Amino acid sequence: MKEFLEGSLAIAEAVKLCKPGVVSAYPITPQTHIVEELASMVANGEMKAQCVNVESEHSAASVVLGGVAAGVRSYTATSSQGLLYMAEVVYNFAGLRLPIVMTVANRAISAPINIWNDQQDSICLRDAGWIQLYAETLQEAVDLHFIGYRLSEDKSIMLPVMVCMDGFILTHGIETIEIPPQELVDKFLPPYVPLYKLDVENPMTLGPLVDPDYYAETRYAIEETQKSVLDLLPKIMKEFNSVFGRSYNGLIEEYMVKDADRVIVAMGSVCGSVKDIVDELRAKGKKVGLLKVMSYRPFPAQAICDALKNVPRVAVLDRALSLGSFAPLSSEVRAAFYGKKKAPKSIGSYVIGLGGRDITKDSIKEVFSLMTKDKQTQFIDLKPELLKEKYE
Amino acid sequence: MFGPLVCKPGSSRNNKTGSWRIGLRPKFLKTNCIGCKMCALICPEDCISGEGKNTFDVDLAYCKGCGNCAVICPKKDIVMVKEEGVKE
Repeated sequence: MKEFLEGSLAIAEAVKLCKPGVVSAYPITPQTHIVEELASMVANGEMKAQCVNVESEHSAASVVLGGVAAGVRSYTATSSQGLLYMAEVVYNFAGLRLPIVMTVANRAISAPINIWNDQQDSICLRDAGWIQLYAETLQEAVDLHFIGYRLSEDKSIMLPVMVCMDGFILTHGIETIEIPPQELVDKFLPPYVPLYKLDVENPMTLGPLVDPDYYAETRYAIEETQKSVLDLLPKIMKEFNSVFGRSYNGLIEEYMVKDADRVIVAMGSVCGSVKDIVDELRAKGKKVGLLKVMSYRPFPAQAICDALKNVPRVAVLDRALSLGSFAPLSSEVRAAFYGKKKAPKSIGSYVIGLGGRDITKDSIKEVFSLMTKDKQTQFIDLKPELLKEKYE
Repeated sequence: MFGPLVCKPGSSRNNKTGSWRIGLRPKFLKTNCIGCKMCALICPEDCISGEGKNTFDVDLAYCKGCGNCAVICPKKDIVMVKEEGVKE
């Protein structure tokens, strides 16, 4: 059924349809509305789940980790400082191979404190072993929750999934969204069957201390499993498309890339704006395009190479930083082309939209025009006049 | 693909820690023993047992060869000897 909904409420509806048995979260802007709505659904008896109030994100993550370890599908959501605070437990999910879906409402990181959107929070946990999927639209964010649980709980995967949606832009934006009926979701997403669980009838220890004789193999197994997601995710998306009538490709989306001489690579909601500019410039005869990265972990290096190998100039937009080094997405796109004969002449790196700074049409047009000048990592829309503070 | 993540109870029974022993093992002479149980009580592996005088002995499947029993024995009736042949 199509509904006109705020993003957070749509996510809550999607989570309800996934029937988690345990929900625990600590409120943090801009994630709050999601769990607020889930809490009222549980309180009103519309959803059969245990909603556990906790005193922090570290506890919220630990509660849901316990839920999954006991064999129950669970859900949590967070943002920014909350994600950093639960980081220790975030690593444990992947390390223990416990499947879950967590929504991250992407927000800047302190200090200085800033509640607005960029992607520094989830990017800084890219190495935690989670599958990270980035949504462009609200509909995509909703759908990624169904896909996320299905992928996460696949017997060959058993890895946690982070659904990353831009804070405010998606969480507080209002769109017409198709919320699927329960029967359709049930058809696509079977009940969770754990590989092992905490059970007094069959006692075992999950995650005991392992010495140097065992540790490396646990990490190698996650690495290999992440690689196998590159094959499985497109298959699951295909099945999702046939059940729900969508057209997701899986790992990446190519928008007017085939004959383009300039292509922007980006993740998340900014892709919508880039598509608009691509349409405008195409109408003027410019051969431009967009490559959207949907799955950042696992990183679809081969798919990106295949899509961009004949494109002369590429610009990568990063809404995050690796302070002291290259911006995360751009460095990985560049690395993907290492040793390849067919590669773009230039792969520019552009940092944009930090701390909620608007990414205007002009900002994106500027990237398309700068791309021809072959410059390296640049901040778009930087205000030099703010850099003249003197504190001696 | 999965690495080792789960432990079931009973693993210490399967894991014969006597294999950790290096060089020396206790020998119970069973001649001057007064049955004081000091050897059994001090054993960190709890692998010495017996009932009454000159009956105490060690389960070499778990003995790590620490030598505490030989030191504590008031009658010097336990001595540490070199490992010979195959470990039990």
